[in-house]
Amino acid sequence: MLKIDNLHARVEGREILKGLSLTIGEGEVHAIMGPNGSGKSTLVQVLAGRDDYQVTSGSVTFLGKNLLDLAPEERAHEGLFLAFQYPVEIPGVNNTYLLKAALNSMRKHRGESDLDAVEFLALIRDKMKLMEMDASFLNRGVNEGFSGGEKKRNEILQMAVLEPRLALLDETDSGLDIDALKVVANGVNSLRSADRSIVMVTHYQRLLDYIEPDFVHVLSAGRIIRSGDKSLALELERRGYDWVLKEALEESQA
Amino acid sequence: MASDNPEFEQLVNRGYAHGFVTDIDSDTIPPGLNEDVIRMISAKKKEPEFLLNWRLRAYEHWLTMKEPNWAHLHHTPIDYQAISYFSAPKSRDDAPKSLDEVDPKLLETYEKLGIPLHERARLAGVAVDAVFDSVSVATTFKGKLAKAGVIFCSFSEAVQLHPELIERYLGKVVPYTDNYFATLNSAVFTDGSFVFIPKGVRCPLELSTYFRINAANTGQFERTLIVAEEGSHVSYLEGCTAPMRDENQLHAAVVELIAMDDAEIKYSTVQNWYPGDEEGRGGIYNFVTKRGDCAGRNSKISWTQVETGSAITWKYPSCILRGDNSVGEFYSVAVTNNMQQADTGTKMVHIGKNTSSTIVSKGISAGRAQSSYRGLVQVMAGAEGARNHTQCDSLLMGDKCGAHTFPYIEVKNPSARVEHEATTSKIGEDQLFYCRQRGISEEDAVNMIVNGFCKEVFKELPMEFAVEAQNLLCVSLEGAVG
Repeated sequence: MLKIDNLHARVEGREILKGLSLTIGEGEVHAIMGPNGSGKSTLVQVLAGRDDYQVTSGSVTFLGKNLLDLAPEERAHEGLFLAFQYPVEIPGVNNTYLLKAALNSMRKHRGESDLDAVEFLALIRDKMKLMEMDASFLNRGVNEGFSGGEKKRNEILQMAVLEPRLALLDETDSGLDIDALKVVANGVNSLRSADRSIVMVTHYQRLLDYIEPDFVHVLSAGRIIRSGDKSLALELERRGYDWVLKEALEESQA
Repeated sequence: MASDNPEFEQLVNRGYAHGFVTDIDSDTIPPGLNEDVIRMISAKKKEPEFLLNWRLRAYEHWLTMKEPNWAHLHHTPIDYQAISYFSAPKSRDDAPKSLDEVDPKLLETYEKLGIPLHERARLAGVAVDAVFDSVSVATTFKGKLAKAGVIFCSFSEAVQLHPELIERYLGKVVPYTDNYFATLNSAVFTDGSFVFIPKGVRCPLELSTYFRINAANTGQFERTLIVAEEGSHVSYLEGCTAPMRDENQLHAAVVELIAMDDAEIKYSTVQNWYPGDEEGRGGIYNFVTKRGDCAGRNSKISWTQVETGSAITWKYPSCILRGDNSVGEFYSVAVTNNMQQADTGTKMVHIGKNTSSTIVSKGISAGRAQSSYRGLVQVMAGAEGARNHTQCDSLLMGDKCGAHTFPYIEVKNPSARVEHEATTSKIGEDQLFYCRQRGISEEDAVNMIVNGFCKEVFKELPMEFAVEAQNLLCVSLEGAVG
C-alpha cells in the first residue's frame, strides 16, 4: 500500500525527517508514537503534500505511484486521507457543500457520475448516525464554531463518506473526553477493512485501547527507532520513552 | 460546487467572455460637449421644454465644478470633449413594436450575454426593459404590469407618456447640482428606466434591466427613477456587461429611488463591465450616483450590489432616512483583481425618528488591485432612537493588493446606537490545503472560500442573480491564486 524509503524533509530550512523508512500493507493499522518534536506531524503533512514541507531525498510509493509527484488533491483522489489535528474553519461554506464537492471530485476521478442532492443526503445521514452527530450540523459552516470534539468527529465523518484507501489520523484523540473518544474510535473501527490501511499518530496509549493497532512505531529525531506490536505501546505507557531512546543510541554506537 | 457544473471549465477558461462588439451602425453625435449638443440630444428625443431647461441648467452648473479627487483612485484624466454623448441603434427610427421586429443581431447579442430575452422573460417571469447603447429597444410584459397599474418603461418613453411624473420627481433625490458626475449626467443623459408603483400595489414581477455599453467612445449616461407610492412594493434588478474595447469608457449613471409611507424598494445590481486587461489597459470608468429617499413613514430601501467589473468603480448607493421608522440597507460585494480599483460604500443619513440602517460590505482584492470601503453614517439632531450596524470585511488574495476602510460617523443625537465592525483576512493556506486534501482543486477551493465569505450578501439577491453572481466571482478571480 505505502512504502516510505529513507525520507528526508525540511520545514523552514530545518531538517525534521532524517531518513525515515516505513512500509504499510493493505488492511494494516499502524500507530506512530514518539516524544514532542520527533516529526510525527511532519510525516503526515509531507505525505498529504503540504507546500511548505520540502522533501530533500528519499521516496514514497503509494499504490504503485510516486506519491511525491502528485498534488495534494491528486493524492486525495488516489485514496489518501488526512484527519487533521487542527481542522480549519471555513466561514460561510456549508459542511454539506464541502463534503459533497469532495465526494463528487473523487467520483469524477473514478469516472463515476455525481451524486445528486437526494442520494448524497441519504448517504451522509447514514454516516452521521454512526458518528452520533446532530442534523443541525449539515447547515453549519465548515468547523465554524465547532467544539474540539465536534471538529474531530467531523474529520472521521468525512473519512466515512470519502472511504479512503489510506487514512492518516493526526492526533485525532487529542482534546477528546472519554465519551467523544469512544464515538470517534467506534467510527474508525467500523471503517477498518481488508483493503483500507490506517496510520494513527498519537501521544497516548489511551487511543490504542479503543483502536487496536497491528504495529506500533516509535519516532524520534526524524527516524523510526523501534517497531513492535501493540505491547510496545503498553511498555511505552509504563516506562516512558527514555529507555527506547537510550537503547537506540546504544545500537547506533555499537 | 463549481466543478459539478460541466460549464465551469469553459467558464473559467474563456477570459472575458462578454468582450465582443456587435456590428450595428450607430447613429452617433460627433464627440464633444457644448450647449448645442445638449439641445440636439433633447431635440432628437423630442423632449418638453422643462427638461431641456433642466439639462441646460445642469450643464451651466457643471462648467463651474471640478472633478472630485478625494477617492482612493488613480486614473489618467478624462477628456470630456473626446466623448460622444449620443448613440442610438439605427433601426430606432422605425422602432420595433415587438421582439419579432428587433434587429436579429441585437437579439443575438443578448443570447451571447446569456440573456435570451423572450425566454428569460417567459421562464423567469421577469419583465425586461433592455437598454442597448442609449436607447431602449424592447420592453416586455407591459400588459401584465399595466393591469396592476405599474408603469415600467424607458426613461424616454416616460418623458413622452408621463411628463408630469418626470417633472415632479426628476432630480428630487439627486439634484442636478449634486456632484460632478451626477451633474454631467443631468445635462446629457440619454435614456434609462422609469418605474412607478401606485399606492398599495405589490409589483407582480421582478423588474430587470440589462445595460450594455457598445459603441466605442460613447459615454453612457443612464438615468433611472423609481417611485413607490404608499404601501407599494417593488424589486428591481440591474445587470450589466460590456464588450472589450481598448479605450477607457466613461459611465456616469444616476439612480433615484423614492419610497413613500410603508413602501419598499429593493434594488439589486450585478455589475460586470470590462475591467481592463492584466496591465490595466482599457476598462470602464464607472462613476455612479445612486440614492434612495425613504420619504415616508415605515418605508424601506435596500441596495444589494455585486461589483466585479470596471477598471474604476466610484459608487456609494445611499439612503436618506427621512420618514420615521424608515429602514435603509446596503449589502455589497466588491471584487477587484489585476489593476482594478474600487472605492465604494454607502451613506446612511438618519433624519426621522427610530430610523435604522444596516451595512454589510465585503471587499475582495487580488492581483495588484486596490479596494476601499467608504461609508458615512450620519445621525441628525432630530433622529431620536436611530440605529446603525456596519460590518465591513476585507479578504486579500496574494500580497500585492490592498484593502482600505474609511468609515465616517457623525452623530448629533445622544440616543443613537451606532456599531461598526471591520475585519481583514487573507485566504489561508490552511483553508486551501484542507480543501485540496479533500480532493478539491485549488481553483474550486478559492471559489468556495470566497463564496462563503460573500454569503451574507448573496442571500439578499434574487435566486437567479445569486447564481449569476457566484459564476461572476469565479471568472473575476480566475488565476488569482497559485
